[in-house]
Amino acid sequence: MRLSRREVLAVGAGGVALAVLAPRAEASAVDDVVNQFTGGASVGTGGVTLTAPEIAENGNTVPITVDAPGATAILVIAPNNPTPAVCTFNFGPMAGSQKAATRIRLAQTQEVSAIAKMADGSFKKAAMTIKVTVGGCGG
Amino acid sequence: MISRRDFLQAAVAASAIWGADGVGRWSRLAAQQALSQDKLLEFDTLGNVTLIHITDSHGQLVPDWFREPETNLGVGADKGLPPHVTGADFLKLYNLKPGSPEAYALTYLDFDALAKGYGKMGGFDRIATVVKAIRAARPEALLLDGGDTWHGSYTVLKTQGQDMVNAMGALKPDAMTSHWEFTLGIDRVKEIVKGLGFPFLGANIFDATWDEPAYDPYKIFERGGVQIAVIGQAFPYLPVANPKGMFPDLSFGIREDRIAQMVQEVRGKGADLVVLLSHNGFDVDRKLAGRVAGIDVILTGHTHDALPEPVMVGKTMLIASGSNGKFITRLDLDVQGKEIKAFRHKLIPIFSDVIAPDAEMAKLVAAQRAPYEKEMAEVIGHTGGLLYRRGNFNGTWDDLICNAMIEEREADIALSPGFRWGPSVIAGQPITREDLYNATAMTYPNCYRSEMTGAQLKAILEDVADNLFNPDPYYQQGGDMVRVGGMGYAIDVTKKQGERLSNMTLLKTGAPVDPAKTYVVAGWASVNQGTEGPPIWEVVESWLKRKGTVTIEPNHSVAVTAG
Repeated sequence: MRLSRREVLAVGAGGVALAVLAPRAEASAVDDVVNQFTGGASVGTGGVTLTAPEIAENGNTVPITVDAPGATAILVIAPNNPTPAVCTFNFGPMAGSQKAATRIRLAQTQEVSAIAKMADGSFKKAAMTIKVTVGGCGG
Repeated sequence: MISRRDFLQAAVAASAIWGADGVGRWSRLAAQQALSQDKLLEFDTLGNVTLIHITDSHGQLVPDWFREPETNLGVGADKGLPPHVTGADFLKLYNLKPGSPEAYALTYLDFDALAKGYGKMGGFDRIATVVKAIRAARPEALLLDGGDTWHGSYTVLKTQGQDMVNAMGALKPDAMTSHWEFTLGIDRVKEIVKGLGFPFLGANIFDATWDEPAYDPYKIFERGGVQIAVIGQAFPYLPVANPKGMFPDLSFGIREDRIAQMVQEVRGKGADLVVLLSHNGFDVDRKLAGRVAGIDVILTGHTHDALPEPVMVGKTMLIASGSNGKFITRLDLDVQGKEIKAFRHKLIPIFSDVIAPDAEMAKLVAAQRAPYEKEMAEVIGHTGGLLYRRGNFNGTWDDLICNAMIEEREADIALSPGFRWGPSVIAGQPITREDLYNATAMTYPNCYRSEMTGAQLKAILEDVADNLFNPDPYYQQGGDMVRVGGMGYAIDVTKKQGERLSNMTLLKTGAPVDPAKTYVVAGWASVNQGTEGPPIWEVVESWLKRKGTVTIEPNHSVAVTAG
């Protein structure tokens, strides 16, 4: 998949649209999302990179990049959002790289994760805490 | 009668030289020497490169008093490490004598008494003398400014930073990076940068819409036959810690990958020495140094730490040059085969009564101040005790500001931001309008008056506490802890966000703060756009003029547990 920046931004807008206000997701809802993607297979580490700011400049639009060479799909999860499944990027066999960038909305500080489905059917995960703060006191 | 200069000559020397070929701590080599300009500048030129570092001068064109922190807690991996060492522990660590010039310059101990003897520090005319002396010894020295330069005084505010642009410009720096500069507003920054005459570097400053680099990331200088790459790193959390509406199209962040990429890029272009001119703050730079290979020297900034020796992280040397014009660092390096073979370092304390002012710069500074001298010099009150700000929790300057807000704005509770800038006023001195602006001058000064529930107050304080005490420095975002008037609390800095604060108490009644109850809160420097209220300096001036002489009582309303 080769997305132009404009297309990526459009995908991002879609991701934001998903995050409508709803009651906080339960832990089981997150498990459901993961299981639906992995079919219950175990998830390893390595091979997938998640790049995002440590502290969000604006929790309503947080830039993230996921990169998993050889992946066929990457699922992005924000467990403390009303809807934890943010988006899934699917990569066809002709994709030049398995990398995508978008902007997501975060309801609060949380550990965002990216799970990649590799061509051999295995799953890999990367995660990082993205802080959403009220800010102030600039030193 | 003994003059100040005689007194200082009689005192123990202020500094020493420490390097790979030196053996002792800061004071040892120069023990028993008199404090004189020659001794302060004494330096046996080494190798083929000299770096001169100045940072966080915060608009202080003329000498000032600046009390170093009493409380500066490190958390996580930084616990107990410099710069999180203060007072007697600092003296012990660096083998300094109590009451010595270096104890006065580097710690809070007996500050009031020592300040009267040793006098003010800093001043751009004295700094110019030192820079010229270093350049006389090493004409190709690089002068690097870590930022927070166009900010923090009456004249900066009135001239939109032009006074500092002129004064720093006359020192002819080779590059700078930034933080508070952007609170002048993006249009003004663009205007200044256009005519600056030297690079305004920020590898981590990006266009917010397209995520593309917005400023030059680095510059490579050839000096003494050495290719020196200087990579700039602006304060990473400008849009979080300061009002992002003032620079709406910019994005910052630590962007560790970007720094690593820039290091590779400059090495690929043949750099022999890689210097990071940083406004990250010391703990962020310490972590970065351990994760990004290939940086030889990090010139740190933002957290205002003054360290008499470099801190080594692997092969990376971290330099901390203080703030408010009190110090500049001279670092000589012998670079051979893309490696530092030897170095010599000196944190030069700018004792204003010892170092002669440079006539040219003195004239330039006077010209910047002349149109405002009369209004700046007006005495608006007197202080019975020392006024200072720096430290993790309340200082007397902010206690004064909070008291003024509570009375002038008829509030239950007052919040004053935990800035690290703001010089001190010595006990028994008049408070001039200039002194007040030195503690408050900035571009979003409105003093709001609003209502908050106890629960909201707790959430805000917990948020700010996590921005200071998160054990991972990459998640620390701003200044010191917000200062609170009218309310006491206990804090355990080792706990997680949401669990650090307890025993919030309304001081005027002694009652616990009720999460459900609403309180009237006054504060200033809100990052929210459209905050309404008079500028904080008007609030404080009106209060001071009513009070006459103010003595801030010791504040015991914050109980700190550091684990």
